[in-house]
Amino acid sequence: MSDSPYVSTTNACKLCTPLGAALAFRGVEGAIPFLHGSQGCATYMRRYIISHFREPMDIASSALGEKQAVFGGGPNLKKGILNVMSKYGASVVGVATTCLTETIGDDVPRLLAEFRKEFSDLPLPEIVHVSTPSYSGTHMEGWHAAVAALASQLVQVKAEPQRRVNLMPGLVSPADLRHLKDILADFGVAATVLPDISDSMDRPALLDYEKLPAGGTTLADIRAMSGALGSIECGRADHVAESAGANLERRFGVKNLRVGIPVGIRESDAFFAALEELTDVPTPKKYQDERGRLVDAYVDGHKYVAGKRAIVYGEEDLVIAMTAFLAEIGVKPILCATGATCKNFKAQLAAVTEGLLPEPPEAREGVDFHDIAEQAADLAPDLLVGHSKGYTYAKAWNVPLMRVGFPIHDRFGGQRMRHVAYGGTQELFDRLVNVVLERKQEDSAVGYGYL
Amino acid sequence: MEQAIFEERRDQIHRTGEGPFELACNRDSLAGAVSQRACVFCGSRVVLYPIADALHLVHGPIGCAVYTWDIRGALSSGPELHRLSFSTDLQEKDVIFGGEKKLKAALLELIERHKPKAAFVYATCIVGIIGDDVAAVCRDVAEKTGIPVIPVQSEGFKGNKREGYTAACKAMFTLTGSGDTSDISPISINILGDFNLAGEIWIIRDYFKRMGVETVANITGDGRVDDIRRAHGAALNVVQCSGATMELAKMMQDKYGIPFIRASYLGIEDMADSLYAVAEHFKDRDPGIMERAQQVVREELSVLLPQLGQYRKDLEGKKVAIYVGGAFKAFSLIKAFRHLGMKVVLVGSQTGTKEDYEELAAICDPGTVIVDDSNPLELSKFVKELDVDLFVGGVKERPIAHKLGVGFCDHNHERKEALEGFVGMLNFAREVHASATSPIWRFVPRREAMAKAEAAKKEAI
Ligand code: SF4
Ligand code: SF4
Repeated sequence: MSDSPYVSTTNACKLCTPLGAALAFRGVEGAIPFLHGSQGCATYMRRYIISHFREPMDIASSALGEKQAVFGGGPNLKKGILNVMSKYGASVVGVATTCLTETIGDDVPRLLAEFRKEFSDLPLPEIVHVSTPSYSGTHMEGWHAAVAALASQLVQVKAEPQRRVNLMPGLVSPADLRHLKDILADFGVAATVLPDISDSMDRPALLDYEKLPAGGTTLADIRAMSGALGSIECGRADHVAESAGANLERRFGVKNLRVGIPVGIRESDAFFAALEELTDVPTPKKYQDERGRLVDAYVDGHKYVAGKRAIVYGEEDLVIAMTAFLAEIGVKPILCATGATCKNFKAQLAAVTEGLLPEPPEAREGVDFHDIAEQAADLAPDLLVGHSKGYTYAKAWNVPLMRVGFPIHDRFGGQRMRHVAYGGTQELFDRLVNVVLERKQEDSAVGYGYL
Repeated sequence: MEQAIFEERRDQIHRTGEGPFELACNRDSLAGAVSQRACVFCGSRVVLYPIADALHLVHGPIGCAVYTWDIRGALSSGPELHRLSFSTDLQEKDVIFGGEKKLKAALLELIERHKPKAAFVYATCIVGIIGDDVAAVCRDVAEKTGIPVIPVQSEGFKGNKREGYTAACKAMFTLTGSGDTSDISPISINILGDFNLAGEIWIIRDYFKRMGVETVANITGDGRVDDIRRAHGAALNVVQCSGATMELAKMMQDKYGIPFIRASYLGIEDMADSLYAVAEHFKDRDPGIMERAQQVVREELSVLLPQLGQYRKDLEGKKVAIYVGGAFKAFSLIKAFRHLGMKVVLVGSQTGTKEDYEELAAICDPGTVIVDDSNPLELSKFVKELDVDLFVGGVKERPIAHKLGVGFCDHNHERKEALEGFVGMLNFAREVHASATSPIWRFVPRREAMAKAEAAKKEAI
């Protein structure tokens, strides 16, 4: 339940559920996200996503008007799918509901079954649907629900056993995904990353405007997930009743390992251990070296950051991961806050800081920036760690903000920012130390040239 | 190529010079077509947002509020309450049992905390569905707190942005007529429909001031509740933009007998014409006013024109596509581009009316494509086909242009650079120039391929 004492919300620290689903669907090859609702939601989310990734983000909408809101959105849903089929040539349509269609009670699975029957003479795309009312979740729930829907609805038969690993990475940046894919490749296994937005949300300049950006997990790979050596799911927070990995394990006996988003040494170690376990391949020397360099950097930089007090906020999974990292390097996470509510947030924060902090950091869920700010006044942080939306507060308190995650709306290159594994952690650590050094230099009357 | 156009949308696209002008508009967006449009709520939020000392509470689930958190560049010279994003963040149980209780509690809590001059409560889609009596809650809270608490009937599905403008005007109209007007000059105006993006209203107010005109209320850029309350004391309403606040002007005309004129502050001619129109209106009461207006224009132009000329040299003959929210802005842009020697080959809007488009068609060069409620597929098709050098639009259009290797200029509510007034024209020209002449376009694959094809053609001759 929410830790906020207030009824109203001011400057929310979360986004709405279908946004996460739409973004996840974008990580499947040939897929178009489709929101069943009125036009505004889709347009707002597109704008929001575009300003982070700086890539086209086409989200179709069933564009319900007043009449459909009263009599049901079925006809618009069907017509809309036909339209995206014909114009976008999508091989997958990812349908997510919105608050409106959930409230009027449109039965999407039934409507889709009708649709398939009605148009059985046409070459129909795969249609995956997910229920994403925003009044009972956040964009992270939408993301995980969409991933779970992809696995449970598209994987229907047990595939031939293969040396493959399924990776459900959570909402990390395209640069992170590329890094993770390199790692899996270096373990010598084929990888199915679900979803994979590394290409579709970070495209090169090309000859033409692509209706559907290339890249993303292929349908064939998704179907083959049932024959993989196992799955690794990143993210410690509990979001959905049954995750994609759990679903594949239950139905097809595909072993599912759950780890945190691999940020910091301990969380990255766990990720590499999971890979070793599934593949029986030892971690390649390249990554042992990266780890070694990271430890060396920790040692070289520890005094600069020692004892700094940080407020961490944002999505549950990333907050937990960042907290794990900060605790490792001697920065004190004095408040870990998220707009979501999830059962195990506090327990997981305790788990990742175990042995590093004398006691678990203060954690608050279901809060907004007003709540965070109110508490911050007493906490006197040295540093904020989170997405762009904390900027006004950082400015007001005159403390630096280290931008991580999504959305980054006031800086360039959020999609190219790495956070994960030893390599990503290295970049985070370097940035953090430099943020602290820069502040020190700025605050100094003398302005030392060596620090 | 034609494949990019939906059969149902054919009559929402027109090429000037090809047959009699006929363009369908003001329709619901086509399901599945990825419209660039937002919703009724968006329209209301755009208009009311800059009122800086009011509380803007979005009644609904979180998204509607979070996506409109401080996304605009509307500046305030004082309070900044408008930059916060307030929401009732409805949860499942509110949806089942109704959100009125929560709305009331949220309002009381926020009014107590921020002591605003008034509160606007925006009804979003599901509020319309669950049937909360927002007006009743507002009345109740207004009574308890002693400030105006105004419902904005902006349920998103009830149409497009235009309906949102109407809802906003109705909401503001309830405020007018309640303030003291005794000390207002007879040479006075309200500025309607300007949102003070990047401080633009300060530029415009300064021109009027130099002409000897008092501005009573800015509606709504850098707006204040108390100013709107006394706006009925102004002698004239100067209304920018075709859609946003026209309705308020009409209501004020009906009720208070205040005449209005339309204005635009974009581009040289429109800016000057607007000042002259105001001077014309007051010339009987103030015989010197026309001369002062001319003086303002002269002073500004003497600085601006030589600098513009510099840019024009490089921009001459380049082709432009315009896709904006409202059609009225497109008129000014077309004229502004003519000053830069550029040619508009595509123009469109999300919400134009039949009259808007007819007027547009009349001032466009032959062969110009005009589109209503377009989408990425169509826009990208035309950008390629018409070989556009520069695109003017909003955030959602930017990646379309950039992917095709075309310069882009942001011209919507999110801009952070003043583009109005004479100085704005200079900023605009500078931005257009910076983008359209950047060396980077050479490296974009589409341009590279075009250059190669061109070279091959030359070789062949
Ligand atoms: S109605 Fe729901 S889905 Fe639409 S923007 Fe608002 S919160 Fe998001
Ligand atoms: S829920 Fe309705 S009001 Fe809110 S963004 Fe969507 S369409 Fe607009």
